[in-house]
Amino acid sequence: MTLQEAKFEYLLRLGDSSLIIGHRLSEWCGHGPILEEDIALINIALDFVGNATSLLTYAGQVESKGRDEDALAFMRGEREYRNLLITEQPNGDYANTIARQFLFDTYMFFLYEELKNSKDETIAAIAVKTHKEITYHLRHTSEWMLRLGDGTAESHERLQNGLNDLWMFTSEMFEMDEVDAFLIKEGIVPDLNKIKANWEKRVFEVLAEATLQIPTTTFKQKGSKEGKHSEHLGFLLAEMQYVHRAYPRAKW
Amino acid sequence: MDDAKQLEAFEAKIASGAKIEPKDWMPEAYRKQLIRMMSQHAHSEIVGMLPEGNWITRAPNLRRKAILLAKVQDEAGHGLYLYSATETLGIDRSELLAQLHTGKAKYSSIFNYPTLTWADIGAIGWLVDGAAIMNQTALARGSYGPYCRAMVRICKEESFHNRQGYEIMMHLAQGTPEQKALAQDALNRWWWPSIMMLGPSDDQSPNSDQLMRWKVKMESNDAIRQRFIDRTVPQADFIGLTIPDKDMKLDEKTGSYTHGPINWDEFFEVIKGNGPCNANRLKARVDADKKGAWVREAATAYAAKRSKEKLVA
Repeated sequence: MTLQEAKFEYLLRLGDSSLIIGHRLSEWCGHGPILEEDIALINIALDFVGNATSLLTYAGQVESKGRDEDALAFMRGEREYRNLLITEQPNGDYANTIARQFLFDTYMFFLYEELKNSKDETIAAIAVKTHKEITYHLRHTSEWMLRLGDGTAESHERLQNGLNDLWMFTSEMFEMDEVDAFLIKEGIVPDLNKIKANWEKRVFEVLAEATLQIPTTTFKQKGSKEGKHSEHLGFLLAEMQYVHRAYPRAKW
Repeated sequence: MDDAKQLEAFEAKIASGAKIEPKDWMPEAYRKQLIRMMSQHAHSEIVGMLPEGNWITRAPNLRRKAILLAKVQDEAGHGLYLYSATETLGIDRSELLAQLHTGKAKYSSIFNYPTLTWADIGAIGWLVDGAAIMNQTALARGSYGPYCRAMVRICKEESFHNRQGYEIMMHLAQGTPEQKALAQDALNRWWWPSIMMLGPSDDQSPNSDQLMRWKVKMESNDAIRQRFIDRTVPQADFIGLTIPDKDMKLDEKTGSYTHGPINWDEFFEVIKGNGPCNANRLKARVDADKKGAWVREAATAYAAKRSKEKLVA
């Protein structure tokens, strides 16, 4: 594996996760529980799409095969996508969306905090901008964890169910392979074990304050690093990519 | 002061160009009319998120997706501050939303048409936002302070929306033959609804002198419509699209375009609830409200627990 190959692969992982979770959040547009949340969710979705655009643009430059951010976003199929499985899970009810977002935002917060120190200047610059945004996102989702966890019996139950259902997708966030090993050695990306420790500490603190139980699921799902996804991703990409693919020579 | 004297002072204040503020005395008819207009405007913003939101997940590239997200977020923001501005008249948002959900309150007729292709996103920005700006820049000169101030900000954002819509249409019109066909088809479907959304013609909608004098209504529907048409027809020409009105022609003397007959039967059917998407739009709003009820209850319960803790501490 070359440095170029490892960086390209890693940038896809980051960029795809942002793009897919941004897509899921944008599905809430016009259907949120209260107008303020409609605004917040669209705003957060926009941040993720922006972050994905920066990362995929850079991925295309690193790859040097003439693919830009749109070629990477719209012309790759299910098996070529590298987003974490948690990001493609359907929205479910609002508690499920908040649980998914909280688990992922916490991961992203600690990951990008480290990526700010990347020896790759472009990654470091993207991380500085993203970390500012994700700090707000995490505050937003953490507050909703408390409101729903410690709100009514119904909201508590819904949120606990959401957490339980999503828990099996969390360990994948900290899986490392030869790409990680290569880039850690180069000082470009952090060791995910460090992120995991920070993530667990923060997640457990918020769950305790929200009067929620740490899920006991031990069953784990993984596969995104090899492009093995859940069945949900195919439908998501079919929707996202169809206009782009239907008019092959078009500029928009 | 008796009512007659207060009314005289109120009208003198408006005539002088000063704004009426929430705590000022105002006639009940003024308050009611503003609540009706402002809430209708707020409802239009949030119902309008639906036809545009329909294309966020399918936008043709990342740049267009980001722009559309930002635009729809703006519309939601407009809804929020218009509801807030309406609340200054002594009615709260939940009551206004209940009026929307029961069909008592209206929203703009235009959002009862479907967005069938990506080009419709261009057509909405160009035509619908373009028509809305014509109306809203006039309303920004009205008499009620909170509404005027909201309108100034809204118009700034709407003019961005208008330009991005036109830019989408320009790219399509100058693109492949398939893209140009999409653009022309969208113009064909959105043109008449866009000129209708500015309201019935003046002979069917007499503006009372009182509303004009109170600066609630600033200009007649036909005058605003004519300004919109005169501005838009050359824009269509410039990008090589054809306005779907065979009677449209430039009157050399006035510099204005005359247009063919408007199908007002269609307009009144849509207003009555019989447009292509009335039922879907209302159902989407009612469903979102119902599905969100437990979330709002949880937030209220949580806030009550926290304020109780503060009292104990």
